[in-house]
Amino acid sequence: MATRAVVPADLEQTQLAVPGMHCAGCMGKVERGLLELPGIVSARVNLTARTVNVAHDKSVGDRDLVAALEAIGFESKPRRDLSTQRVSAARPLLAPLAVAAFAAMNVMLLSVSVWSGAQGATRDMFHWISAAIAIPAVSYAGRPFFASAWKALRRGTTNMDVPISIGVVLATALSFYEVIEGGGHAWFDGALMLLTFLLAGRVLDAMMRDRARAGVDALLGQAARGAMVVGPGGALEWRDADALAAGMTMRVAAGERLAADGTIVSGASRFDQSLLTGESAPVPAYPGDPVLAGTLNLDAPVDVTVTSAGGDTTLAEIARLMDASTQDRSKYVRIADRAARLYAPAVHTLAAVTALGWLLAGAGLYKALVIGVAVLIITCPCALGLAVPVAQVVASGAMMRMGIMVKDGSALERLAQADRALFDKTGTLTMGEALPDPAALDALPADASSIALALASHSRHPLSRALAKALAARGCRAAALGNVREDPGAGVFAIWRGEEVALRRPEAAEGTAVALEIAGQPTRLIGYADRLRPDAAAALARLAAMGMESSIVSGDNAAAVQEVARATGLTAQSAATPAEKQHLIARLKAGGRNVLMVGDGLNDGPALAAANVSMAPGAASEVGLQAADLVFMQDTLLSVPRAIAAARATMRVVRQNFALAAAYNVVAVPLAMAGLVTPLLAAVAMSLSSLIVVGNSLRLVRAAK
Amino acid sequence: MTILAFLIPVALGLGLLGLAAFFWALRSGQFDDPDGAAARILLDDEDDDA
Repeated sequence: MATRAVVPADLEQTQLAVPGMHCAGCMGKVERGLLELPGIVSARVNLTARTVNVAHDKSVGDRDLVAALEAIGFESKPRRDLSTQRVSAARPLLAPLAVAAFAAMNVMLLSVSVWSGAQGATRDMFHWISAAIAIPAVSYAGRPFFASAWKALRRGTTNMDVPISIGVVLATALSFYEVIEGGGHAWFDGALMLLTFLLAGRVLDAMMRDRARAGVDALLGQAARGAMVVGPGGALEWRDADALAAGMTMRVAAGERLAADGTIVSGASRFDQSLLTGESAPVPAYPGDPVLAGTLNLDAPVDVTVTSAGGDTTLAEIARLMDASTQDRSKYVRIADRAARLYAPAVHTLAAVTALGWLLAGAGLYKALVIGVAVLIITCPCALGLAVPVAQVVASGAMMRMGIMVKDGSALERLAQADRALFDKTGTLTMGEALPDPAALDALPADASSIALALASHSRHPLSRALAKALAARGCRAAALGNVREDPGAGVFAIWRGEEVALRRPEAAEGTAVALEIAGQPTRLIGYADRLRPDAAAALARLAAMGMESSIVSGDNAAAVQEVARATGLTAQSAATPAEKQHLIARLKAGGRNVLMVGDGLNDGPALAAANVSMAPGAASEVGLQAADLVFMQDTLLSVPRAIAAARATMRVVRQNFALAAAYNVVAVPLAMAGLVTPLLAAVAMSLSSLIVVGNSLRLVRAAK
Repeated sequence: MTILAFLIPVALGLGLLGLAAFFWALRSGQFDDPDGAAARILLDDEDDDA
């Protein structure tokens, strides 16, 4: 395995996102498959991020790599800028966690000796060693909390980190004072344990975000699409989308997506605009007609003069609409923060009142301070800090195994509250691609279907590919053809046993269809339609049983929407523009509903961002994936009720965890206020409450069933 | 009691060794791809010299 080799100067490094990899077998196939290609020096898969790093000769281009992976059955997309890799949120916390855990264990060892009766010089020595370990460890491992607390205090607010920082710093300082004075008690172990548990909670929280992001990033991380540009003198040159400018002429092959808005100058074709508008029927366009970035050229190559590229396209306009909505949603306050907002001042007041009370009752300043700190430590939100992240990590792990990726923890909280569901039609309720009519395929005689398969396999046209896939899935074998030629825009023509056969565009047909012509036989029309996702009905029934009211909102024409509405029994709104979808959600939200939007297309982007919470299928457009809070990878709509059930279970466990933490405080705080808590008792109580919270959260392992 | 003077530094030293090993692992990218590391063990690498 050639990996991690130093890359010589004449080699290029390319990273490809391969979202389909999920096991050791896939890793092996991808790495070996790429190494078989000439000019590839090394290929190394990163399974966590679902990417593969390839070092290759300059002669090998991105497109060769993608083609090689497609040949072994993996869809992939090149990522250009290796420099802008997302930084992990968990990694910077691992080192502090390791230091805190190491120090806590060693100090605890020494403390136990003191509690079990070490006296005099031995005890002092143990305390000095503890101090030598604890003070550097606290100042290093506590930095994430100190920094955040300081930031909050400077802005005149408080957060969970303020009581933690005060507690830890005061406990360490007082302990050090005790050690110098040769006193009996040191609290180093308490401070370090606190840091360990809280850092563990932070790491879990960050890990969950990293994990889901890595998956979605793999789907999203594609280089900007580009176009073949016709230069002066007819030279063809591939340019990235951001290098396109108005006035250039791009040649768009059949089956290619447009990278910029423009006007057709030569050629005529039909365009699939479903990504942009939701309209499923292909739209014909002739020279002089405007075409939009993001639409798919279906039939024939056309030359397009770019009118607007980059930030001025219709696509970019949708992105702007989305941005505005996303900012609106970022105001959501996570449940842990809401708890902290109530908790922090209460704890401070309690500790201050305790210290004051003991002072007034005649205790010395030192004793009053120690008891105040004891209250602060024992109430410090150890269990509270773990209550939310542990539950969310366990639940999102369970959902990940069911093919549902959660982009961040607050998505689960918002999903649990959702009570109204809106579904996009194309690509969400339906599969989003035209599939040949099974009845028409059934009606084909065996020889005709093997001819159709052979013809279809010679074309890259989306309709041909869908037909070939469907026929191959039926166990059909391709017939031997001679003299095959494809006439772009017209069809595929060949000779079979001396007779002419063709798979061609029909003269006149309702909707989308292809005509199969075999000399001496009647022409057969094979119709295409978008089909409902499997389990759509079951999923909608389960949603209704969960108390969710569902309806359809689609950009497609009324007839197509009506058909799906009849099949699913939902109410529907058709021909909705992205802005109209957004307004509908705003109206529902104003009416006090919590809206879940399920959609995939570019045109759903603003709605996905505007809804309280949103889901998208894994095959969704980039914009859809970016905007959605959850992404489901399996081709079943049952993922939606499953995700809701898991989210609700998670919130139940989170509330139980809060209740457990509160119950612990109710018992522990009076004892601490009375000055009865010894360091041993504080440490044991704190660990126990944290362990109970973790144990309770582990029940979510099977939450996504 | 003199045994303590010997055992405590040994215990701390071993702990520090573990900590140092962890830091080394963190720096050298061992935590970059935990899923891949778990799966990679299942691959047959006959061509290890490649």
